[in-house]
Amino acid sequence: MAIMNNNGIILSTVDEVLSWGRRNSLWPVSIGLACCAIEMMHTAASRFDTDRLGIIFRGSPRQSDVLIVAGTVVNKVAPMLKLIYDQMPDPKWVISMGGCASAGGPFPTYSTLQGVDRIIPVDVYIPGCPPTPQALLWGITELQRKIKAKKEGKEMKEIPLKFPKPSMPIK
Amino acid sequence: MELIGVILGLVVKSVIFVIGMFLLAAYLTLVERKFAGHIQQRPGPLHVGFHGLLQPIADALKVITKEDLVPDFVDKLLFYMASLLAFVPAIMILAVIPFGEKITLFGYELKPYITDLNVGLILALALGSISIYGVIFAGWASNSKYPMIGGLRKAAVLIGYEVALGFALVGPIMMAGSFSLREIVEAQQGFFGAFIWYQPIAFIVFLFAILAETGRTPFDVQEAEAELVSGYNTEYSGMKFGLFPLAEWYIATFVLSAIAVILFFGGWNGPHIFGPFSSYIWFLLKLGIVFMFLLWVHWTLPRYRVDQITELAWKVMLPLTFINIFLTAFIVVIKG
Repeated sequence: MAIMNNNGIILSTVDEVLSWGRRNSLWPVSIGLACCAIEMMHTAASRFDTDRLGIIFRGSPRQSDVLIVAGTVVNKVAPMLKLIYDQMPDPKWVISMGGCASAGGPFPTYSTLQGVDRIIPVDVYIPGCPPTPQALLWGITELQRKIKAKKEGKEMKEIPLKFPKPSMPIK
Repeated sequence: MELIGVILGLVVKSVIFVIGMFLLAAYLTLVERKFAGHIQQRPGPLHVGFHGLLQPIADALKVITKEDLVPDFVDKLLFYMASLLAFVPAIMILAVIPFGEKITLFGYELKPYITDLNVGLILALALGSISIYGVIFAGWASNSKYPMIGGLRKAAVLIGYEVALGFALVGPIMMAGSFSLREIVEAQQGFFGAFIWYQPIAFIVFLFAILAETGRTPFDVQEAEAELVSGYNTEYSGMKFGLFPLAEWYIATFVLSAIAVILFFGGWNGPHIFGPFSSYIWFLLKLGIVFMFLLWVHWTLPRYRVDQITELAWKVMLPLTFINIFLTAFIVVIKG
């Protein structure tokens, strides 16, 4: 934890500063697989605005930190998804958005991957079909809490939940 | 001994300019994101620091400490060189840009520029053209199809607009009778002395050329996200990537807006209403207005097709500059 001494100087470690920087500048890859992607776009657009939290979508996986698996992962697209995950530089995180990505959802069929965690490690699962933009924002703040908790060696529940208020459209 | 003093002074001044420009460019990202946000009816960065004031620092920390990934299939030498080649010339243009009048502080005469060359404008143009190699090398060295297409598109756009840019500057140069940026400013005295009143065609061409050179929206074909993944910098990660937008979108735009202010808006000339620093304040004010105008264009318009861009450059912009040069020469000769 950062210490503020009586002289008005804030002392901190490099790791803490880096952890702060990383969790406040999570750039996701702009890849959408199914209807969850519509909600993901909605989250990035004016009403919910992920840029408030410093989140901007990058086109190239080489410049991204987070992979938001938004939608049904069919067996055909799974190798491509794995490739994109492999192309991302460390440190990287994965958010599994919606029922399909988390566990196959309503498609227990031969062609659908039953949960993206069968091919890549997942940090945060967001329930919903599809999750609302609020739910995706919750997932992102949960990932930020997770990064913070990992740095400080604490349990997730010890980190206070600071959920940003919904952004109101500017008149 | 005097020589050492001069060299030391120049080195200190250069370091101040370079570090200042780094910090300024970092915060220009915040300015752009806030501006873009408000154009699109959203607040922009808000929760990292007070109204997003710490956002550039968080981004910089993250980008610098990101894994520096170099793919196996790239041309290593050019791959490393490209990001520097894009960044270093862009920041070197600052050497010839004057930011205000000389002031005397505690008995020392402070000049707000590094050198005042009599070919300053030509040097700025030359360095601006070198920085384009960075983009083209990045596209070539990545050995991958999207960067390659992005680099080639950028090359096509720039060949057209470099020519138009060079000819557009001839008008103001003829009126001022000098290549030195300081003397061009001194030639424009008073509100109606600014060259924008006499060179509107040159100004419009120059504006188009700035947008094309810095890859801003009506001409941002080189990193069109919908078509090319991320354009010429698709294979770059970490700070090697970070240098590209920093150089192209922020430093180059800033520097070219400064040149636009110097050539067309009378530089630091203005009423002395801000006391001793009034020339600096006027310069930065005008610079800010031009920069904001470019941002406004960027976040409002859709983009042209590549062939339309080059068509515009060769068929409209270049003839316009020729007409402008002819008219200016005519008037200058008649008025003596």
